[in-house]
Amino acid sequence: MTAPLTPTLLYLDNVSVSFDGFRALNALSLAIDHAEMRAIIGPNGAGKTTMMDVITGKTRPNEGTALFEGTHDLTALDEAAIAELGIGRKFQTPTVFEMHSVEDNILLALKENRSPFATLLSRRSARERERIDALLERVRLTAHRHRKAGELSHGQKQWLEIGMLLAQQPKLLLIDEPAAGMTDQETAETADLLRDIAKTQAVVVVEHDMTFVRDLDVKVTCLHEGSVLAEGTLDAVSANERVVEVYLGR
Amino acid sequence: MTTQSALDRQSIIVLALLGAAAILVPVLNMAVAPGSPLHLSDHLVPLIGKYVCFALLALSVDLIWGFCGILSLGHGAFFALGGYAMGMYLMRQIGPRGVYADPVLPDFMVFLNWKELPWFWHGIDWLPFAALMVLVVPGVLALVFGWFAFRSRVTGVYLSIITQAMTFALMLAFFRNDMGFGGNNGLTDFKDIVGFPIQSASTRIVLFVLSVAALAGGYLLCRWVVNSKFGKVLVAIRDAESRTRFLGYRVEHYKLAVFTLSAMLAGVAGALYVPQVGIINPSEFAPANSIELVIWVAVGGRGTLAGPILGAFLVNAGKTWFTGVLPEFWLFALGGLFVFVTLLMPRGILGAATDLWAGGARRIKSRPVPETVSQAAE
Repeated sequence: MTAPLTPTLLYLDNVSVSFDGFRALNALSLAIDHAEMRAIIGPNGAGKTTMMDVITGKTRPNEGTALFEGTHDLTALDEAAIAELGIGRKFQTPTVFEMHSVEDNILLALKENRSPFATLLSRRSARERERIDALLERVRLTAHRHRKAGELSHGQKQWLEIGMLLAQQPKLLLIDEPAAGMTDQETAETADLLRDIAKTQAVVVVEHDMTFVRDLDVKVTCLHEGSVLAEGTLDAVSANERVVEVYLGR
Repeated sequence: MTTQSALDRQSIIVLALLGAAAILVPVLNMAVAPGSPLHLSDHLVPLIGKYVCFALLALSVDLIWGFCGILSLGHGAFFALGGYAMGMYLMRQIGPRGVYADPVLPDFMVFLNWKELPWFWHGIDWLPFAALMVLVVPGVLALVFGWFAFRSRVTGVYLSIITQAMTFALMLAFFRNDMGFGGNNGLTDFKDIVGFPIQSASTRIVLFVLSVAALAGGYLLCRWVVNSKFGKVLVAIRDAESRTRFLGYRVEHYKLAVFTLSAMLAGVAGALYVPQVGIINPSEFAPANSIELVIWVAVGGRGTLAGPILGAFLVNAGKTWFTGVLPEFWLFALGGLFVFVTLLMPRGILGAATDLWAGGARRIKSRPVPETVSQAAE
């Protein structure tokens, strides 16, 4: 178990999940490298969200292998343990703590000891304050730091959630439809931000907005009926007959 | 920053009011002549003391319900267990002054023809041990119950139902004579507490002041907990449980910690309640009690700490008045109040008052520059 079985950061092999006979994932295999950015596309029901559920421990696969850093078996760990390993997730609809201030949302996400006793006795250190300042600057919410997260606009919530992801300092970020509900300007800025993040961390982005995917300019995987339909550059994938048929439309 | 100072102002008000009560009640009762209109009669001291204990109980429920979203409908059980621990101590203080004059066995045991003290009655005649049990018994029950419930991710209405079942089961168990807690009649006929006669006016004043001190201490403890990062995690769990989990927090550990703390606070409330009312019996476990106390919290305003204290006082004062004047209408009034508050003041009296205050302040501030309102609304 100690020697990595695979050099890739995330390794899914032959993963299947069924719900009441419906196969949400059907022998899915996928590998993500360190500091790689990957865009996942595919029609509704292709298994994109289920795949994220498997990676983050929300859903247990019926069969298959899911390894992180070649050693950690993701199918045997719960959500909190997987988050501690370094996998962060942004949900499709922005999920922030609406009653907390923007600043506190980041504070809660900071990579610190997460045991109840540690949080009960913790005091905000200068180092934490600096981290919070830097993250707020990066996601452009410095001016809103004292507002309740629930008062933010949709786009700002998306950015806050990305900020929370970064605060966790994960090795892998799973990002579900970051551009949903954003203006064109915000979408372009989000693509810039993600490209910047991908310089140091692996990023998996699920997205429907093809303009956004083109902006990202990364390797694309198209899912269909729970397995990989095509993989490669966006141009190669969009030229694929089957992809055009099931997803892009003629 | 503004919210922080507002919270501090709330704490100052709560502590000032409690301090005033701790001074005024003894003074009006003991220093003011009985003929004076300002005199507080002897029977009112333990009555107000009872409200203070209920306020501490309401506070303990607010800690888990208001801040972590755990709606316990069985918190009366922890209150009753703390009360029983104190009641056992008081029973042992009776000594040979009981009806059967047995130096060791309480009356009900003599009546049941028991020959010796059951093992779980040993040591409870020593106050420090009894005080420890007041915390340990409710705490351990909450820990075991919570461990199973939260680990299995039982939430929402299902959790409420099993807490209700828990208190019901305990009530049935305590009704049985074989349990060794006095069965149906419970524990009563107490004589004295640490050597002082329990019925005397001065003892009652001391118990009252201790209860107020416990409430103030409980309030400060809860304030500290909810203002810490731990408290922020609790609110995060309340509002978005699975998000909190994906951030790497072990939600079940947090729930277990706060549930146990809350049960211990409820136990302290019960222990202070029993010497003031002079009896503890299985009816304290009745499911309806636990539901009623949730109403106090809802009426006062959940998630505010001060609100439930207010709610416990108002609803119980209302109950005392109603049951004196129109006893048969009390339950209708309580039900009506609950419906009224749920529909029209979802954040309780304190929440509604805060909104009114904030709304008024905003209106005054925005009058010269109307644009700020539309900006804020965005």
